[in-house]
Amino acid sequence: MILEFLNMNGYGLYVISAFAFTLMSFTVLYLVIRLQLIKEQKKFVAKFGALSSNKAFEAKRQKTNQEILATGIFSKI
Amino acid sequence: MYKFLMKFLIQNKFFKSILKYQKYVLISFFVILIIGLFEALVLSPQDYLQGDSVRIMYVHVPSAWLALGIFSIISILSILVFIFKNKNLVLIAKSLAPSGFIFNIIALVTGSIWGRPTWGTWWAWDARITSMLILGLFYLMYLLAWRIFQNKSYLTKITSLIAILGAINVPIIKFSVDWWSTLHQPSSVKILSESTIHSSMLLPLLLMTAAFALFSLLIFLMKYNTELIKIKNKGLDRL
Repeated sequence: MILEFLNMNGYGLYVISAFAFTLMSFTVLYLVIRLQLIKEQKKFVAKFGALSSNKAFEAKRQKTNQEILATGIFSKI
Repeated sequence: MYKFLMKFLIQNKFFKSILKYQKYVLISFFVILIIGLFEALVLSPQDYLQGDSVRIMYVHVPSAWLALGIFSIISILSILVFIFKNKNLVLIAKSLAPSGFIFNIIALVTGSIWGRPTWGTWWAWDARITSMLILGLFYLMYLLAWRIFQNKSYLTKITSLIAILGAINVPIIKFSVDWWSTLHQPSSVKILSESTIHSSMLLPLLLMTAAFALFSLLIFLMKYNTELIKIKNKGLDRL
């Protein structure tokens, strides 16, 4: 039954490889973009930690900075 | 209206709230993808001529549609960048490009895989395939320009110019099957007139398109988030 489904009347290799390539591309792109996001978030947290108290106070007043810090090092997804 | 739009784009309020919903986009993508895959691989019927190889259509066609659609949006945004000089539009265009490029590659590769059992060849210098390859090259140039050029104002002009020049290729891709005699069949799904595709095949096609569009939205949100943090990182350096 499963072999019959995978064979798809002789077209299985073509169909499965097309779907597999698509899903693999999605996974690679997702991981690359996620790694870039994590890298930038880590960089932000490190830079923020290195600021003097006055500069940190000034930077913390900005809403977007608060939001980046609130999400933590790792993105929620 | 213009003032409202600019305020909306400059303040990023819309995107700030959307960024919070990334998780829901991811969940929706998975749910629709699983239903779409089941419909495409199990429930949808074989084609009377192509047999089961027609199932490749469910990944090939949505990818091609999205690659074209995303490039069209990038081109429109690039024209608006020249008119309004809005940096946020540049960021939106830049964040859309990676998913558009991947969809372009998927369309080319799955098209090639589909071509082998259908036409007996992996590749042909056919009008539709060649114009899709050219679109892929425009995507590549657009993405490479962001990495190569350093000067900010020059970079915006170069990337916008690439996107606007690439837009000339978009109607060529769309109408290539009507203008030239090609291996490709004319479009079966039409917006303005009646589609020639049966509903049993249209449903999985639309489901897969919805899933791919959600994936594209997810990648866009993540990339946009990354770009915003990059700007904030530079802002911290200036403090």
